[in-house]
Amino acid sequence: MTPPLLQVRDLTVEFATRRGVLRALDRVSFDIGRGEVLGVVGESGAGKSVTGSAVIGLIDRPGRIAGGEILLDGRRIDNLPPEEMRKVRGKRIGMIFQDPLTSLNPLYRIGDQLVETIRTHTDLSASAARRRAIDLLAEVGIPAPEKRIDGYPHQFSGGMRQRVVIALALSAEPELIIADEPTTALDVSVQAQIITVLKRLCRDHGTAVMLVTHDMGVIAETADRVAVMYAGRVIEIGNVADVVQNPLHPYAKGLMGAIPTLTGQERRLAQIPGSMPRLSAIPPGCPFNPRCPHAYAPCPTIRPDLTNYDRHPVACHLYDPAYAPEGVAA
Amino acid sequence: MTPPLVEVRHLRRVFDVSPPFLNRLIERAPKQFLKAVDDVSFDIARGETFALVGESGSGKSTVARMVVGLLEPTAGEVTIDGVKMTGRAPAEDRRRVRRRMQMIFQDPYASLNPRWRVDRIVAEPIRAFGLIQGEAAIRERVGELLGLVGLHPDDGVKYPHEFSGGQRQRIAIARALASDAEFIVCDEPTSALDVSVQAQILNLMRDLQDRLGLTYLFISHNLAVVRHMASRIGVMYLGRVVEIGEGRGLFTGPKHPYTRMLLDAVPDLAHIGRRREPVRGEIPNPINPPSGCTFNPRCPYANDRCRAEIPPFLESVACHGYHERRIPTGPVELLVPDGMAALPA
Repeated sequence: MTPPLLQVRDLTVEFATRRGVLRALDRVSFDIGRGEVLGVVGESGAGKSVTGSAVIGLIDRPGRIAGGEILLDGRRIDNLPPEEMRKVRGKRIGMIFQDPLTSLNPLYRIGDQLVETIRTHTDLSASAARRRAIDLLAEVGIPAPEKRIDGYPHQFSGGMRQRVVIALALSAEPELIIADEPTTALDVSVQAQIITVLKRLCRDHGTAVMLVTHDMGVIAETADRVAVMYAGRVIEIGNVADVVQNPLHPYAKGLMGAIPTLTGQERRLAQIPGSMPRLSAIPPGCPFNPRCPHAYAPCPTIRPDLTNYDRHPVACHLYDPAYAPEGVAA
Repeated sequence: MTPPLVEVRHLRRVFDVSPPFLNRLIERAPKQFLKAVDDVSFDIARGETFALVGESGSGKSTVARMVVGLLEPTAGEVTIDGVKMTGRAPAEDRRRVRRRMQMIFQDPYASLNPRWRVDRIVAEPIRAFGLIQGEAAIRERVGELLGLVGLHPDDGVKYPHEFSGGQRQRIAIARALASDAEFIVCDEPTSALDVSVQAQILNLMRDLQDRLGLTYLFISHNLAVVRHMASRIGVMYLGRVVEIGEGRGLFTGPKHPYTRMLLDAVPDLAHIGRRREPVRGEIPNPINPPSGCTFNPRCPYANDRCRAEIPPFLESVACHGYHERRIPTGPVELLVPDGMAALPA
């Protein structure tokens, strides 16, 4: 059997600061299959962006991968020398960031940027690379691509720029794209267009996507599976319908209830007391226990691990028969 | 019948975005004007939440700033509690009304003075309007206000940076309530916050409204938040209000094609794995807006009249197609007719 495209095993990322070592990711594990869209959600400080940066090898000092491993196609990539990693990045793993203006060079025509990327990763001639760049721009829905290819980034609107960035990420036909808040800076109607483009292209090209966002609506419409993060850990992971409609972890339940929707009837939103702990003060045991309405004996001391008790993996003692013989709390 | 608390009539704001004088001279560039808000009218009744939604550049924040008086309208008027705020009403009357209206801003990191302690921030409106005499009495009132928004009265001695984003927004709410405000203009109050914190703030705002009988003008780009908060909603597009709907009615029976498009575009938890019809086009440049109905280049129902004539605001919608009864009603999915769906996203 072939291994999943991406395997992340017990990934731990630490940042050394003057006030001590902060653990941004704490034994994070997940897989992404070929052509699969994995949504990674959480609130600010949950560690979603750090996870994306770690996979693509962009953790800079003072941060470092302190433990665990990342495997692409069964081969470790977290310990590759920088030169080797450069070849993986862009060629096998593409990246889309939140702000398209920062990922495009304002001084170069977008065509030059596309051609450069294509020629770095393939052995196409300059003219063939240009033809491919025009095809890519057409594919992401940019009108008159043979003209727009000679434009500069500032001549494009926000939505059009993000399309260029998607074209850039797809230019070397990567197997995996990491999209970090790709639609957060855009208006809703443009956001809908970008989601559609991203979904269609990844389906057509068989590209897997790790979609990092705080917007559960985007995840619900786009992802196949979703991982919910809290305080540097994955606390629940499963099919998007399961996690959105029947979340298991008390934090995931609170989070889904807190989101106002276009269809719900409830007058008050569910409310989780308190806020995400700082990295310097993550509670021992389950990091959610001080805010959890169901916390009991083992929660403040024993760390729950991601375990598949019932429907899908969750890191919560409430579902562990060893601690809670009476079963699942409401 | 009691008159509405706030009446906004034909409000308009034009910004001069011309290039500098020398450029105009050398390049013979003409003066350029941006109509940020054009002919906007609405009422807000006492105790209700009126929301304005729209995408960036639709002019919703400009309306909010004109309503509270931070920005002078180019034309039109704002009447609050019977006092014309834009005309020559006696300064005394205007001051009396101003005291009873306050604003909450989007970014709680920018709207609180980082060098002031929280108790001084919250007490500022009390001192500015001379509402309470005596330091002890002011301190007691500040403690009471902090308690009201879910903070501890002892938090007053701290500085803003010691609080999280949600707590800072609570401080901003406490400051807004300090002058016994009845009318609060909230400009994207939760856009900078995480969802769980957003839920806390939205619930707090509703509780305070129930307890104190507050009236809100709520500005947001998030339709789901607006649906949760507002009793009436105005939808803005390129400086104009295109539709005003009664709360949830807007979501079940949107009239204007733009409203329908917007509702269809919002990613929602209920739409798992939805295959969506791509929305067409983007907001045009407001400096050079399309003639007639400004939505016509993106509207599948636009005809010659839509391209020539600005639609009047009748039956709570500004749309020729709706007035002429030529827009099919029914589910929103009808928006993109067959054949158009093939357009590139």
